[in-house]
Amino acid sequence: MSKYLVNKFLFTVDRDPELVERYREDPVGTVAWWESAWANRLLSCHDGESSSWLRFDDAEREALAGHDYPRLFELGAHPFLTLTLFIAMFERDHEALGFQTEYARRLAHMSLPYPDIAT
Amino acid sequence: MAELVAVIASTHHPFYYRASTATGEDRPPFADEWVRKVEAFRETLTRARPDVLVMVGSDHFHQFWLDNMPQFLVGKAPFYDANWYNEEREFGLPRMLFEGQEDLSAYVLREGLDAGFDLAFSNELRIDHSITCPIITLRPQNDLPIVPIYTNIFAPPLPRPRRFVELGRTIRQLVESWPSDRRVAVIGTGHLSLELGGPRQFGPHGPDPEFDRRAVEWISTGDLEGCLSEVTLDSLHLPGNATHGFMDFMLMMGVAGEGRKADYVDTYDLFHTMEAYFTWYPGGWP
Repeated sequence: MSKYLVNKFLFTVDRDPELVERYREDPVGTVAWWESAWANRLLSCHDGESSSWLRFDDAEREALAGHDYPRLFELGAHPFLTLTLFIAMFERDHEALGFQTEYARRLAHMSLPYPDIAT
Repeated sequence: MAELVAVIASTHHPFYYRASTATGEDRPPFADEWVRKVEAFRETLTRARPDVLVMVGSDHFHQFWLDNMPQFLVGKAPFYDANWYNEEREFGLPRMLFEGQEDLSAYVLREGLDAGFDLAFSNELRIDHSITCPIITLRPQNDLPIVPIYTNIFAPPLPRPRRFVELGRTIRQLVESWPSDRRVAVIGTGHLSLELGGPRQFGPHGPDPEFDRRAVEWISTGDLEGCLSEVTLDSLHLPGNATHGFMDFMLMMGVAGEGRKADYVDTYDLFHTMEAYFTWYPGGWP
């Protein structure tokens, strides 16, 4: 499990308008590119320094590549990050608040306690 | 010494700006009443005639991230830019610029460290809607210098509720011991019951109206011990998965004081979450 890395993907994509569109249009390619180019970047550090050990596990990579936000919730991704990014990608395809209510409905099988989001 | 002229606790609903400025068919049916309530709430700050605002909020994974996450942080800068791309995108919030009250920031940091809080600091802080929303609702002319204070209600492990209350008590002591003749208001924002990214989100009202009712009772009556006896990090998962933001209300109860009834209370039951507005006047009704 690398919840931290899943969150890092959601966080870095969400804050970049071009990456939001790229992930919407090509999730498989974007996840593969991001894992090779971004996963080990130290976000609050000088360029040229990086980590060496971060990678998704298969379930995480599959959930991200499938835009599978219910699965991301089950895996313990931070729900605020997931919601914010998926609203940015898919709210436009629905009536006002339609995506948000569909999102809730697709998570209706989840009950308390929710998956732990601690990283 | 500085005078604490108002203590204000509020929800920070990022949809207010868009709802209140929308016209014609875009204006939601709840907007007029919401504006009326916010303008009445705004008057409670205006009549206190503050010179400086201490603003308590929480960064929503904007500047602070899991590689370097502060629990409590004080901004110390001459200016603060505000609102972020994803807040413009989702909520239509405007870019803003604030002036900082840097000498009070320095005082809070020095004295707060000595009082037992290992406060983080930032000399270049871009603040988000947890602080800009109450400026939009309470001081839209944005003419007062601020001291931003961020709490972590978002990325576990979190400080426990009692720690938020203790920080609130300390903030009050520091404001009231600040060697200045300025009039200070402390404004903090949080949530009542709230679910984000879970199955109970965006319902016809907040996810747990009974929690909201009890929370408003705790805050409006200043029942800190009753609140602390029931609210834990674990219990806050039950009313909704983003309800840990309630701890910022508990912090503000610490600023206001045990047993101190609020001088002004209002609520507004909206879809998704309940709005709640509280004002205390430590020196009596102005």
